Amino acid sequence: MKLKNDFPALDPTDLKILENLQEDSRQTYTAIGERLGIAHSTVYDRIKRMEKYGIIKKYTAIIDVEKAGAKKITAIMTVYTDPKESEKVAETLCRLPEILEVYTSLSEELLIIAKVIAENQENLHDFIATSVAPLPGISRIRTSIITKKFKENPLLIFNERKK
Amino acid sequence: MERKRFVKEEARLKILRTVSREKSFYFFTSIGNYTGESASSLKEFMDKINVVDVKSLEFHLYRGDFEKWIGEVLEDRELAAEIDDLRGLNYSGDMLRDNIYSIVAERHKQLSRSF
Repeated sequence: MKLKNDFPALDPTDLKILENLQEDSRQTYTAIGERLGIAHSTVYDRIKRMEKYGIIKKYTAIIDVEKAGAKKITAIMTVYTDPKESEKVAETLCRLPEILEVYTSLSEELLIIAKVIAENQENLHDFIATSVAPLPGISRIRTSIITKKFKENPLLIFNERKK
Repeated sequence: MERKRFVKEEARLKILRTVSREKSFYFFTSIGNYTGESASSLKEFMDKINVVDVKSLEFHLYRGDFEKWIGEVLEDRELAAEIDDLRGLNYSGDMLRDNIYSIVAERHKQLSRSF
């Protein structure tokens, strides 16, 4: 079985390497190899292959924004659009630096859901009023400001498997 | 307070013009909650006053958004000042809607009369 772009389906070793990287992407090939009982060169080859095919998209740092001193507010914005324009609206939203994540969803009507950051409520409102509401095809917008975060984990490929 | 009602032709045309989508007024009911209604001219603004949720009128009036848009985008300082005066009266609900509408409609009628 092959994945898109002719990449062979991931085997259990690939998945274990990914799991290790998601726990700590700074650990060495040797450390991962020792944990999995395989050679570091095998770990290297597999990681390079998964990078090449875009399975590993990038290595990044998870930062506690509040501790880093950036006092920002986060909001979830639900954008209702004309179905003909939704793709274009989503693409435009992706280009705006204030928007961190963009998704589309189909419930009773087509929605775009986006995560937005701003310095404060006033800036959030100005941003939505001047950069989002004027986009062609938008029929209305609902915004919820996040007041407390209870959990935030990256999606782990093993979440399902560990049940 | 009665204000002097004399508007030069150039200013009158400017106030009555249709502005771009980027400069239009977008009606929200609270921070980030856009109703889907917008106005790109004084006439359209006047019409939308009777259409939008009254919460939107309350939200924008007490933030000073109406006079800001009317004063800075449409460049009608006189109408902006009248809206500002209205804010001090603390109206809400349909009383507020009726009052905003009559101020804007009167101004629109006055400016359109010269055509």
